[in-house]
Amino acid sequence: MSIEIRHVTKRFGEAVAVDDVSLEVETGSLTALLGPSGSGKSTLLRIVAGLETPDAGEVILSGEDATTLSPQKRNVGFVFQHYAAFKHMTVRNNIAFGLTIRKRPKNEIRERVEELLALVQLQGFADRYPAQLSGGQRQRMALARALAAEPKVLLLDEPFGALDARVRAELRDWLRRLHEEVHVTTVFVTHDQEEAMEVADRVAVLNRGRLEQIGSPLDLYDEPASEFVMRFVGDAHDLGGALVRPHDVALRREPGDGAVEVAIERITVLGADARVELVDGDGARLAARLRRDEVEELDLEEGEILWVRPERERVFSS
Amino acid sequence: MRRYVPRFVALAYLTAVLLAPLTMVFWRTFQHGLAPVWGALSNPETVHAFKLTLIVTAIAVPVNTIFGVAVSLLIVRKRFPGKGVLNAFIDLPLALSPVVVGLSLYLLYGRNGWFGSWLLGHGIQVLFAWPAIVLATIFASVPFVAREVIPTLRELGDEQEQAASTLGASGWQTFRRITLPSIRWAVIYGVVLTTARSLGEYGAVAIVSGRIVGRTETATLRVDDSYQNFDLTGAYSISLVLAATAVVVLILMTVLKPKEQMA
Repeated sequence: MSIEIRHVTKRFGEAVAVDDVSLEVETGSLTALLGPSGSGKSTLLRIVAGLETPDAGEVILSGEDATTLSPQKRNVGFVFQHYAAFKHMTVRNNIAFGLTIRKRPKNEIRERVEELLALVQLQGFADRYPAQLSGGQRQRMALARALAAEPKVLLLDEPFGALDARVRAELRDWLRRLHEEVHVTTVFVTHDQEEAMEVADRVAVLNRGRLEQIGSPLDLYDEPASEFVMRFVGDAHDLGGALVRPHDVALRREPGDGAVEVAIERITVLGADARVELVDGDGARLAARLRRDEVEELDLEEGEILWVRPERERVFSS
Repeated sequence: MRRYVPRFVALAYLTAVLLAPLTMVFWRTFQHGLAPVWGALSNPETVHAFKLTLIVTAIAVPVNTIFGVAVSLLIVRKRFPGKGVLNAFIDLPLALSPVVVGLSLYLLYGRNGWFGSWLLGHGIQVLFAWPAIVLATIFASVPFVAREVIPTLRELGDEQEQAASTLGASGWQTFRRITLPSIRWAVIYGVVLTTARSLGEYGAVAIVSGRIVGRTETATLRVDDSYQNFDLTGAYSISLVLAATAVVVLILMTVLKPKEQMA
């Protein structure tokens, strides 16, 4: 099912949380809503689910206007950052909730729950209570619960935000694989650009309630539409009035060609790569990312004076 | 040694203020054996008083439970003008002397009261009859369910309810399957307190009931009546039953409270 958001605006008192945002999510895609906190990404997701009502604009689900439809009637699966597990129910009853509400036959429910328990790898946990599960397990249960009634759209609000780094990475891969298996139109909210770039096939970047850009992860990285996107998606540094990615910084031993004089402040080797932190005459800092063998070839040392020139740079008029 | 001092002080205080009077009642009641106690309690007017108290409680508790849960949901989950005032108003019966409550009911439902004259015109006697006793009891025990449920609802948050609605549950289904099971211990605790308050209400009821022996006299009024008539055994016996009920209530609360914290 496709999602169309048309000129949606939402205010909370004086603050504008979502400011005239329009975007389209294609059927079967995996889209990330990416932005810093307060960018309106969660509010937008909640508007799609019907948990918030927009002040203006429309939400179209599968070509039908759903703007005034209650969440109950949208057939949308929603996963909350803090799981929203039904604490007084077993894992089995949590997952079965949507089906029980729909009064499906008992044996059908039992089969479907077993199927989902296997899908989220929680077999053997069916009779436990949420309090007896780890954070990652609770979130997988919440996912199974959201998927149980075969929603047309799966919406996830910072689904991995409350988990530690390792579980987070695991669940990220797992969500990617799940999407390949289940193919339900999925939108997830995240403030972590790496997460968005790794998991999603399309990323919408939001800033202060406005949509900055929507595109593939590669598009955003290579062709950022604004300074905000350039800075938010990947590293970017100021160099001679322009913005440059660390791996687009070329280091020279000699001046010339409009190169800027800098001093090496610190060299950090990260496996096969190296990060060279530089500071120019005005005290502005930037970093260059090189391969480790390049650093060794150039024989760089901390404190040395060098000249840098951007190989690719961008200037945004603000 | 020093750390035992506060405990000793606390215990001594409780003994002096609570335990000693209760023990006195107990001792006085059985001073002359069991027979006079049984005699006093089986007195038809006393039996009637207990019956009336139970009936009034049986009406006041469900009414206040439903009202308490509804108003808690309203205060915690909804935004509306005047919410703060409503929240403060729930506590009014705790702050107000029951005598004042009784008097205001008297003014409202009396022969010349706002509602009283109309109701009397339609043949409905409120004052000096059971409806006034019920009203006074309901008023006195309004806060207890809401005061227990409101903090529990706040702590619960509304994410589970939102999750239920995205899963297709209607408002009522969400309440029945998610909200109510989550607040049940708070509700039960509130019901226990409401019951205790309803059984023990005296001041407001004293004014509006008319204290007609065998007709509008509740158990607490009966205690006072017996005492005034030098029927000390009667007064102590009824008091003992009321005190015993309070003890049962206390035990119930202690048993229920830890479960609530665990849930």
